[in-house]
Amino acid sequence: MLTIDNLKKHFGFVRAVDNVNMDIREGEIVSIIGTNGAGKTTLVNLISGYIKPDSGRILFFDKDITYASPYIRIKLGVGRSFQLIQLFGNITVLDNVRTALFSKYGMIRRGLLPADRYSSVTDEAIKILDNFNMSDKKDLTPTGLSEGDLKILDIAIAFALKSKLLLLDEPTSGVATNDKFKVMDSIVSAIKKEGISTLIIEHDMDIVSGYSDRVIVMHEGKIMAEGKPNEVMENKEVKATVFGIVS
Amino acid sequence: MVKNPRWVAYVLIFIILLFIPRLLSIHDLMLFEYGLTFAIVGLGFNLLLGYTGLLSFGHGAYFAVGAYTVGMIAKYFPGAYSLEILIPAALLFSLIISIIFGFVCVRHTKIFFSILALSLSMLLYALLFKLYHLTGGSDGLRVPLPTLLGISFKGIRRPEFLSGTYYYFLLVLFAISCVIMRGIVSSPFGKALQAIRDNEVRAELIGIRVRRYRLYAFIISGMFVGLGGALWSFVNGHVTADLSHWVFSGEIVYMTLLGGFGILEGPIIGAILFTYLKLYAMGNTQYWMFVIGATLIVLVLLLPNGVAGAIASLLAKIKRKTVKGTPC
Repeated sequence: MLTIDNLKKHFGFVRAVDNVNMDIREGEIVSIIGTNGAGKTTLVNLISGYIKPDSGRILFFDKDITYASPYIRIKLGVGRSFQLIQLFGNITVLDNVRTALFSKYGMIRRGLLPADRYSSVTDEAIKILDNFNMSDKKDLTPTGLSEGDLKILDIAIAFALKSKLLLLDEPTSGVATNDKFKVMDSIVSAIKKEGISTLIIEHDMDIVSGYSDRVIVMHEGKIMAEGKPNEVMENKEVKATVFGIVS
Repeated sequence: MVKNPRWVAYVLIFIILLFIPRLLSIHDLMLFEYGLTFAIVGLGFNLLLGYTGLLSFGHGAYFAVGAYTVGMIAKYFPGAYSLEILIPAALLFSLIISIIFGFVCVRHTKIFFSILALSLSMLLYALLFKLYHLTGGSDGLRVPLPTLLGISFKGIRRPEFLSGTYYYFLLVLFAISCVIMRGIVSSPFGKALQAIRDNEVRAELIGIRVRRYRLYAFIISGMFVGLGGALWSFVNGHVTADLSHWVFSGEIVYMTLLGGFGILEGPIIGAILFTYLKLYAMGNTQYWMFVIGATLIVLVLLLPNGVAGAIASLLAKIKRKTVKGTPC
């Protein structure tokens, strides 16, 4: 569904993404790992349209979206969450998700009837929150939530856009260690239920090996290795460069 | 049990407002009418500041457009000087000017937006001031009593006009403005504006066209302020270029802060309080601006959410205590 062809993005002398080629298949959960500065977040920013590449192509269901605006990509089904949580801080948890749904259905121009009158959208938002075990917090504002819940809400918003491809930038960063698996269980079960393809950037190897179908290792803007989690973990070059283990 | 006590309160307040002309002296009623027109202005301004997160120091421009539409029609098209023509005309001209000014302003945010809005309002001020033969320059324009549905008010003094038909006309438009604004802020469109206010990056990435929606909010806000300006001109009887000056725009900001922005009722309370505060300060001391400034400092330090915000917090505390105190 997603094909990246010779993608390149340099910032001055820094080769953040350097001739990267990769594919993501439908329903697949792919993790990208790598040291700091490997180009993982830049790659996600390029796919989501947050920044534009110097050269190369991004194809989504064979449609060239290399220079498409984030708005177009969202309409096509590319959603993302952020490493630093990006929420609507002064509206309720329900409205955070509901606003994304109104946007998805092209209903945000409706300006006279209260949002509550659109009961099908409200029910759908509650269902999404239910999928992420958050419906009991629907009337709180994000300021009243734990870090783990904030992460989940961030992803629930991307999920509400009915994305065919979800880009999750460090979904467990900032979450307490004992909550990380709870957070990932909620996210992955919701994703699998809908069959959404997912690209995850993650540092925690337990999370990567526990939830990914495939792992891609990046180093200095290039893809160093790729394969099943256990294969990649045993790769000597990966061990030395990413984990600092010299055997 | 009443489904929505807020609407019951609104209806009760509206019924009380129907009897205001019998309760207040002519002088106090005129003051109250000034307050009501500013309340409509505050509703519009709050959509931009409280719900979209854009602080304009130039909203006096749209107020002036509404007021001058009335004054110019009185001077150049006296045959069309009827409330049922004047109000739509004021809305139309404030719509046009809001589109033009808004298109320029919403390309920026924060201080850049504020300064652009201020600059454009001062540009209008200069035009109104310098085009003497057209706008009356520093003398401004007189606003005679209009007709309504063919009924002429010739021979009636302004205070009588204001305490009779006009008060109810103003009250109906105020109520309609409140209902429309309530609908807007709680609608999907209103939620999109609040999303933009809270996080424009995320708003863009859920598919909201941020700049376009800011422009929509700017236009609606400008039209409400223009309506307020038109309605105010009949109470005042005279319009001058000062309405587009940044000092007057500052007063619109002040009354919204006083009442509390981001709360629908805030600017309504703020507008009425400001009208009385300014008048009594001006009547009692030549240093009235000091009083206004000191009040603003106290307000920012002690009531950052304005009077309505303080009332809302107090009610929430009482509600929490009542719930806690309820025996199982």
